[in-house]
Amino acid sequence: MTQLALARALNAGMRRAMEADPKVLLMGEDIGRLGGVFRVTDGLQKDFGEDRVIDTPLAESGIVGTAIGLALRGYRPVCEIQFDGFVFPAFDQIVSQLAKMRLRSLGKVALPVVVRIPCGGGIGAVEHHSESPESYFAHTPGLRVVACANPSDGYWMLQQAIACDDPVIFFEPKRQYWDKGEVDTAPGLSEVEPMSAARVVREGTDLTLVTYGPMVKNALAAAVAAEEDGRSIEVIDLRSLSPLDTEALTDSVRRTGRLVVAHEAPVFGALSAEIAARITEACFYHLEAPVLRVGGFSAPYPPSRLEDHFLPDLDRILDAVDRALAY
Amino acid sequence: MTTERTETRASGPADPARRLDLYRLQVELRRFEKRAYDLFMRNLVKGTSHLSLGQEAIAAGVALAMRPDDWTFATYRGHAHTLARGAPMTPVLAELLGRENGLLGGKGGSMHLTSAEHNMMGSYAIVGAHLTLAAGAAWSAQYRESGQVAVCFFGDGATNIGAFHEALNLAAVWSLPVVFVCENNLYMEYTPIGSVTAVPRPAADRAAAYGLEPVVVDGNDADAVYDVASAALDRARRGDGPSLVEAVTYRHGGHSRADPGTYRPDEEVEAWLARDPVTAYRSRLLGEGVEEAELLAVESGVDAAVDRATEEAIEAPPPSAEAILTDVWADGGSSWRN
Ligand SMILES: Cc1ncc(C[n+]2csc(CCOP(=O)(O)OP(=O)(O)O)c2C)c(N)n1
Ligand SMILES: [Mg+2]
Repeated sequence: MTQLALARALNAGMRRAMEADPKVLLMGEDIGRLGGVFRVTDGLQKDFGEDRVIDTPLAESGIVGTAIGLALRGYRPVCEIQFDGFVFPAFDQIVSQLAKMRLRSLGKVALPVVVRIPCGGGIGAVEHHSESPESYFAHTPGLRVVACANPSDGYWMLQQAIACDDPVIFFEPKRQYWDKGEVDTAPGLSEVEPMSAARVVREGTDLTLVTYGPMVKNALAAAVAAEEDGRSIEVIDLRSLSPLDTEALTDSVRRTGRLVVAHEAPVFGALSAEIAARITEACFYHLEAPVLRVGGFSAPYPPSRLEDHFLPDLDRILDAVDRALAY
Repeated sequence: MTTERTETRASGPADPARRLDLYRLQVELRRFEKRAYDLFMRNLVKGTSHLSLGQEAIAAGVALAMRPDDWTFATYRGHAHTLARGAPMTPVLAELLGRENGLLGGKGGSMHLTSAEHNMMGSYAIVGAHLTLAAGAAWSAQYRESGQVAVCFFGDGATNIGAFHEALNLAAVWSLPVVFVCENNLYMEYTPIGSVTAVPRPAADRAAAYGLEPVVVDGNDADAVYDVASAALDRARRGDGPSLVEAVTYRHGGHSRADPGTYRPDEEVEAWLARDPVTAYRSRLLGEGVEEAELLAVESGVDAAVDRATEEAIEAPPPSAEAILTDVWADGGSSWRN
């Protein structure tokens, strides 16, 4: 067991993946000499060379496009997008090519590309730098979409994503890059929980609170606060946003009878809507209350002075918990 | 490989009033940016900013060559371009500090300064995006036969994204009245532009691909910039189509607040600091016989204005939480989806 910050854990995960497989390449803007704007790739160019850790031109479509070409012929590129909002110039390549080559080749061509995206708010940055664009990708068949919420998952899920034969959109909660946590680096990759599985991070009996990425921390804090009022909240970290681990959710909701889904993205058309629909269908007779959702507003992400009002905080989560329990 | 034409300073005697205006504007931009830097360092606002310290001659030289009804499109490094079009200091500074009296009510911040009243059509933080927007605005001027020109500023890094090439071709093929100004400060964030670009001049060496003249100008010489900009604006107004100007310059500080800029060699930084556009311009004016007292008066006037703007910005409250939900749709709000 070692204590690592999320950024260091991701770095260690990439290092291990690169040591294990010479076909793993990293590419992105400022990721080599600088080590990335968040320093997640710090030191990797020095150790693996400029051929494997590549400082690219400013060209997201080109980065993902060439990564697809490399993957077509056997490489495993990991692309870093500097900030969530800068993935959109690459969006076309991701949804039109990356997601579809397997089908087009009748399964003969795999595209093991990872697109790493720092996501979410809370660092005092404005729109383009604080977005939660996961739903756009989760909506696209052919992509896996995952979000890590702690250093251990950062370390392991990133290695699993790199080893995965599907393309993976990998979300990293940027405001938690320097939050530390325990990482057990001893097991082999096949021995750890697969990234496709959701995880119960706190057990409870009265209500299920589902979230992912940066909001897991808030959800746990909400569960602790609710406990003081005698309410037992089960918190689930989704980890995989597509495909969804529906079974883990239904198991929990059948026990608790209530579900609140929280995320930073605006709730309109968001992942929480998909979860609400699935749970309503699968657990209709177990539900004591409608599925409630907590999320960002349908408005562009605001600058720093307003972001505390924008981000779903403890109070907004607890309010939804109260409303669900009041039914 | 390049057939560049380096524009030098105007050959004829320059208009003294315009020279003084150019000096005043550069001093304004310099001292405003220095104040913004100080305020950011005092942690008066969480978040980042991208300053134009060292690049003032470009903003000043181009803006003073423009007609008031011409349009500016800038990047996240846009404070100078906003001020240069006449937006007053107080709302600009207040916007950086996230105050209610800011240019955008404190809702936009440093990277998105926009002032339609001053024909400052926005600061854009998605690199490359605004080049096609500027081409579209220019197209509207062509339709209306209004004689207006769109001027679009962007960095050297932007020349490697697809949107740059789309915009250049669209503008050239339709002969649009737009002037593209690449502020080549030699770095795309932390990466030297030469290490990620196929040609030595990131903008000028691409001009030929769109049937345009390669134009390189000393971006630290406001007179040279003014002359090159005037020629490009005239050409656009005459209906002769777009221009692509590469103004070579250097930022004195890092890319953004968080960046001390240590990846740049000391000798390089020193050489460029010695070519400070504002002090060089001051020396030029003195050398040509302008009284120092006149320049001192300009400087103290600017200092007083910066101090006043600082006070007015700091005293103002932040916007209310409800401001998040206004101006999302045509009805003024966003409530129908919240
Ligand atoms: C599409 C996109 N990708 C990445 C970024 C992150 N980013 C912001 S500024 C910048 C470098 C831009 O360099 P340059 O165009 O030379 O402009 P300068 O900052 O030097 O003025 C990068 C990579 C962005 N804003 N937009
Ligand atoms: Mg640059």
